[in-house]
Amino acid sequence: MYNLLIRYPIKQNALIPILLLAQKENNGWLTEEWMRHVADCCEVPLTHVEGVVTFYTMFRLKPPGKYHLQVCTCVPCCLVGGTELLEFTEKKLNTHAGYTTDDGLFSIEEMECIGACSYAPAMIVNEDYHEQVTPEKMEKLIDQLSQ
Amino acid sequence: MAEETLVLFKNIRNPKYNKSLAGYKKAGGYKTLNKVFGMKPDEVVQEVKESGIRGRGGAGFPTGLKWSFMAKETGKPSYLVANADESEPGTCKDRELMLKDPHLFLEGMMIGCYAVGCHHGYIYVRGEFFPAIKTLIDAVDELYADGLLGPDPMGSGYQLDLTVHSGAGAYICGEESALLDSLEGKRGQPRVKPPFPAVSGFNGCPTSVNNVETLACMPYILSDGGVDAFKSFGPQNNTGTHLVSLSGHVNNPGVYELRMDVNMKDIIYGIGGGIRNGKKLKGVIPGGSSSSVMTADEVDVLYNFDELAKINTMLGSAAMMVFDEDTDVVQLLHRITRFYAHESCGQCTPCREGTHWSRNIIRDFLNGNGSDEKLKRLDRVGGNMLGTTLCALGDAAALPIQSFVKKFPEDFRKYYAN
Repeated sequence: MYNLLIRYPIKQNALIPILLLAQKENNGWLTEEWMRHVADCCEVPLTHVEGVVTFYTMFRLKPPGKYHLQVCTCVPCCLVGGTELLEFTEKKLNTHAGYTTDDGLFSIEEMECIGACSYAPAMIVNEDYHEQVTPEKMEKLIDQLSQ
Repeated sequence: MAEETLVLFKNIRNPKYNKSLAGYKKAGGYKTLNKVFGMKPDEVVQEVKESGIRGRGGAGFPTGLKWSFMAKETGKPSYLVANADESEPGTCKDRELMLKDPHLFLEGMMIGCYAVGCHHGYIYVRGEFFPAIKTLIDAVDELYADGLLGPDPMGSGYQLDLTVHSGAGAYICGEESALLDSLEGKRGQPRVKPPFPAVSGFNGCPTSVNNVETLACMPYILSDGGVDAFKSFGPQNNTGTHLVSLSGHVNNPGVYELRMDVNMKDIIYGIGGGIRNGKKLKGVIPGGSSSSVMTADEVDVLYNFDELAKINTMLGSAAMMVFDEDTDVVQLLHRITRFYAHESCGQCTPCREGTHWSRNIIRDFLNGNGSDEKLKRLDRVGGNMLGTTLCALGDAAALPIQSFVKKFPEDFRKYYAN
């Protein structure tokens, strides 16, 4: 965290990278305690941090599953089956985008363009890209991760 | 038949290429930077101007001109910020460069820093690009270890630092002033202009924001004979090669490096392998989801800035999304408007409200509640967003709406006629 702070002229500039770091440290979500800590580090009020956290889609205020499936359904992906892929995933895991399975293993998020359009349909699992994903590939992946 | 012209992808298309610093140097990398350190910054800007390169991020503004606007002798530091917040639906070219040849982009970035007098450059990468962020951080670490970054790169005495900065998921941060607010640690909302970033940008200092692909062209442009060679790759005012992200219903989607005088038809049916499953072409969204849609009859045109502007659409970020005859364009437009409704930053009323209204009206059509009156209203809501907002997101949301309504009215009528 302190390595990050020295890369910027003003401490506030490091706010977003430090929040991402804090979120990673806390298993993928932010609590008020963490936000307060980051606010102190970056010398900004807590309300400013809350304003930033609620603006960006990557910050989460509730815990995601161990495997966070981020399925893209934006224009190029929806042309080649992204929407159907999301529906398949929801059905397979018996939950909806925005929710986590009861065992805490999987959460699903419907994504706007993730920038892998020429390899659509695409998704991100935690931090890894998966490209040209078919329902079969998705089923295999989920079965594999469930073990 | 369209073929690739390899300038930016010269290394990437070489199966034996190693993207490490040693591999890039072996392929002739960082020689141009050494040459540039022997030139005056003004001379560098002049050469970039002469090359005629226009920004590859979407607006197509001449890069040399942008750099020449940088305020000088202000007593403040100057900054160069690379815009790697690639979020325009359909666009996936910068990711390709960052993942597969990071040093080409970094050399261009360093050349840009020297040209605008920047001693600490920032690379703003969209947060979802975890693999690209990691690749860039590793590449920057290599540069520090080698002495190419730090107090004295190549014995030039020009102190130069680079920092890879991660965004956190917001399309609007691709707009340069929103990007700067985000880089400062705020919500990414576009600023009132003027003042432009070249006068008051990052932390109120003169700043130039440039797209990754634009910067990656610099090692070629500044190499010996580069300006003339670059100019030869396309018609006047549309110089150089560019990376085309081809997606949708084509047999061979992918990112291709093409000259600027290639016909769109050749891209779709040549390099793209035609429409998949033997279907017919229905239309193309030519330059990212913000551009006006084109029908199948319109695609016999050169794929560059000026030719597309002539037919009232735009090259944008060169992201071609191709769709076939079976596509339900009302659903397609619904998906596009959902995107803008989600991504509007909420600052300007016409965009904040208009993006949601338009999405709701299209949803009405899908639910069987369409009418002639609603079709007119949809067009009007689009028109009310055009040119009435601080940044281009309002226009970006309006152009697809108006063009879909104009070019595919029958598809809307199918939802409520009889």
